Amino acid sequence: MNKKIIATTSLAGCFGCHMSFLDIDERIFDLIELVEFNKSPIDDIKKFTKQVDIGIIEGGCCNSENIEILKAFRENCNILVSLGECAIMGGLPALRNGISIEECLEEAYIGGPTVQENTNKILPNDDELPMLLDKVYPCHEIVKIDYFLPGCAPRADLIWDALIALVTGNEMELPYEVVKFD
Amino acid sequence: MKNEIITITSKYQDDRHRLMDILIDIHDLYGYVSEADIELLSERLGMSEVEINETITFYHFFSRTPRGQFNIFLNNSITACMRGHDLVKKALEEACGTTFGSVSQDGMFGLYSTSCIGMNDQGPSAIINDKVFTNLTTYRVMKLVADLKSGKSPDEAIYESTGDGNNSDPYVRAMVFNNIRKRMVILDKDHIKFEVVRSLLKGHSPEEIIDIVENSNLRGRGGAGFPTGLKWHFGRRVESEHRVIICNADEGEPGTFKDRVLLTEFPDLVFEGMVIAAYATGADIGLVYLRYEYRYLYKFLNHILDKMRKEGLLGKNIAGIKEFNFDIRIQLGAGAYVCGEESALIESLEGKRGEPRDKPPFPVEKGYLNYPTIVNNVETLATTVRIVKNGADWFKGFGTKDSLGTKLLSVSGDCKFPGIYEVEWGTSIREVIEMSGADDVQAVQVGGPSGVMISVKDIDDLGTTELMKWYKPSGMMVAQKTFDRKLSYSDLPTGGSIMIFNNKRDLLKEVVMNFMDFFIEESCGSCSTCRNLPFIMKQKLQKILDGHGVRKDIDDLLSWGKIIKISRCGLGQTSANPIVSSILNFRYLYEQHVKAMADFDNVFDLEKSVEAANSFVGRKANFHHA
Repeated sequence: MNKKIIATTSLAGCFGCHMSFLDIDERIFDLIELVEFNKSPIDDIKKFTKQVDIGIIEGGCCNSENIEILKAFRENCNILVSLGECAIMGGLPALRNGISIEECLEEAYIGGPTVQENTNKILPNDDELPMLLDKVYPCHEIVKIDYFLPGCAPRADLIWDALIALVTGNEMELPYEVVKFD
Repeated sequence: MKNEIITITSKYQDDRHRLMDILIDIHDLYGYVSEADIELLSERLGMSEVEINETITFYHFFSRTPRGQFNIFLNNSITACMRGHDLVKKALEEACGTTFGSVSQDGMFGLYSTSCIGMNDQGPSAIINDKVFTNLTTYRVMKLVADLKSGKSPDEAIYESTGDGNNSDPYVRAMVFNNIRKRMVILDKDHIKFEVVRSLLKGHSPEEIIDIVENSNLRGRGGAGFPTGLKWHFGRRVESEHRVIICNADEGEPGTFKDRVLLTEFPDLVFEGMVIAAYATGADIGLVYLRYEYRYLYKFLNHILDKMRKEGLLGKNIAGIKEFNFDIRIQLGAGAYVCGEESALIESLEGKRGEPRDKPPFPVEKGYLNYPTIVNNVETLATTVRIVKNGADWFKGFGTKDSLGTKLLSVSGDCKFPGIYEVEWGTSIREVIEMSGADDVQAVQVGGPSGVMISVKDIDDLGTTELMKWYKPSGMMVAQKTFDRKLSYSDLPTGGSIMIFNNKRDLLKEVVMNFMDFFIEESCGSCSTCRNLPFIMKQKLQKILDGHGVRKDIDDLLSWGKIIKISRCGLGQTSANPIVSSILNFRYLYEQHVKAMADFDNVFDLEKSVEAANSFVGRKANFHHA
C-alpha cells in the first residue's frame, strides 16, 4: 500500500496543537510506517514538493501570509483538516475582532503600558512583513475545510484516532464525550 | 446631586430590590446614571458597583452616558418597516441632525431604535420621553421635531388628537387607538365592574374558586398555555409567610398589543382578576410588571388602584372578607423582551438583570423574594373574572374541545383593518384574513417571530419529519393553501400575534431578516448558543441573499438550529425559528438564491481586508505569491 502523504502548518496559532500532536509519543513510530510527511514543521520541508493527501491546519488567519499558505494547502492537499480552536473559530487571536485594527496597533506599538523603547513611534510597515487583516478569520471562511477537530489543544488521542481514520479510510468513533458542547 | 440621589433611595428605603424604580427616578431627573451616582448607589444600597452596572446595561431605556433632552425611540418591527419605517428614520436623522444610536451635538435629540412597542396596528410609531407617537410619516416627523425645537413639550406636540376610549382620559392623553374590531365575552362593554369581588367571592371558599378555574380548563393566554387552575393550585400548596400574584404586562412578542388594549379599556377587569387570584391562592402581595413602553398608562392605572383602595377592593379585609388582605403595586420594566419570561420577570422585579432562572425550583415554589409566586398574563387574569362569574360550564360553551373560550388576536400587517379581534378558539386563519379585510395574502405569521413558517407540502409530514422531534412550535407562518388551519392549542397555538404578509413582500429579505435582528437585539447573552448563533445564522442568510450561498449553507443553518435548542429559556430556544421554519417549509425561497453547482463560496476579499491596517501603518499592499 502506498503511504499517505501528510502536510501540517501553524498559521495564527501557538504551536500548541503541534505539541499535542507530538504527544502521541512512541506511536509516532507506528505513524511513520503509515504516512510520509511533506511540507511541515515536523520535517522542516518549506514548500510542497508533491500533491498531498491530508493537510492539517493549526491556527486561524490573521495576516496575508496566513492566507497565502492556507490557499496553497487547499491547492496541494486532497483533504484539509482544521485542527483546534484557533483554526476553527479564530481562538485567542480572534479576541481582537471586537477592537479596531487601528486601536490594536496603537496599543501594541505606541500607547500600551509595556511600550518603552519605541520613542519614535514607529509602526511596523516594512514591505517584507505580512500585512495584517482587518480581523482574524477561521480557516473555513477562507477555503473549504473538510474536517474539524475541536479542542484547545485537541488531545493527542483524538488527533491519533482522526489520523488513523483518515489514513485507513475507516469511520472514526465519536462518543458523546468527544462532541459534547462544553 | 448627592442629596437628590439620597432622596430617591430613601423613598425606597434603600432597598436593593427596588433598584429598577431607583434607576427610573434617576433617569427622570438626569436622563442617565453617572459614575458618581453608581458609586453612591452602591454605598446606599449595599451592592457592588458591578451589580448596579449589570442591571443598568441590561435594559434598553437605561444609559450610563448622557442622552438627549428628547429621546426618540423609533420602533423597527417588521410591520413598521412595511409601512415606511426607513423613510421616517431618515427624516428623523435629517430633522434632528444626528444618526441613530447617538445624541445631536446640541444635546437636544437622542435617536434610538427599539423592538416592538406594542403599536403594530398603528406603526411606524415612536416613544418620545415616554409619550407614544403613532402612524408616523416623514411629514409628521418633520412637524413634530419642529414643534419640539420651538419649545413645545412632547405632550403639547401631539399633533392631531388623542385616541379613542380611555386613550383620551386625562390620566392617559395618548394618541393611541384601541382599534377593537370584534368583541365577545372578555371585551364585553356592559359588564358590571368588580361585581365578582364585591358580591361573589364571599359565597365561595378559595378552594371552590380554584375548582371553578380548573374545571374551565383555562390555559395561560401569554402563549405557553399552562393550565391556570393548576398553577393556582400549585401556588396555594406551598407553605409560606407570603404569596405573590404577578400580572405579566410585559407584552413584548412582536405583533402583540392586546394587553395594551385590555389595560387601557378594561384595567378593572385585570385588577379584579388579580384580586380573585389572590383570594384563591392566599396571596397578599400583588405586582403588575408593566413594560416601560406602556409607561403612558402608569398614572392612569395607579389612579384605578387608588379608587379600588378607597372602595375597599384592595387593602385589608377586602370586600368585607375577614383576613383577606391584598394590595397591588405597579412595577415598570425598562425595555427587555426576555422579561416576559416569568422567571426573568421576577429577576427584574428584584432589581436585577432580567435573565431567566434555572428551573426547578419553579416560581410557584420559589419566586419573587423566594415566596411562592403565580405569574399570569393580563388576558388570563381578565378571563378568570368572566369564568368565576359565569361558571366553568358557560366557558366551555366557547371554543373547541381542547381549546376552550375566546382569544384576543392582535392583527397587523397587510390588511385593511388591523386591530384587536376577540374570536373563539378554533377560528381558522382564513376567517381571520376575511375579518381583517386582507387580500393577495402570501403568508400569515402566527405567534410572532418565535413562530414557525409552514407550507402545504410539509404539513402532511409534520409527525414524521425527524426535525419536528426537537422542534416545538410556539407559532407558525402559514402559507396560502393551509389557511383553513385553526387557531387552537393542538393545531396553531398562539399568544395572539397575527401578522399578515401579501405577495409583494420578500419573506426572506424583509421578514426573516427583521425577525433575526429582533432575536440578536433581545438575547440576554447568558447562553452562548442564543448569544452567538442567531448572529452567525443571520450572516449566513445574508451571504445566501447576496448570491454567495451554496447548498451546504442551508444544511449548516438547519444543524445550527438544532444546537440552539439547548438554550435556557424560550427566547433562546426559538431564536432560530424564523430561519429553520422558513427552510423547512419555504425551502424553494432559499434554493432560488444558492449556487446549485458550487460546493464552496467564500466572500473573503484579501485586498479589502488589509486596507485598514496598511493605511494606518503607512504602507502599500504588496501581495507575495508563495
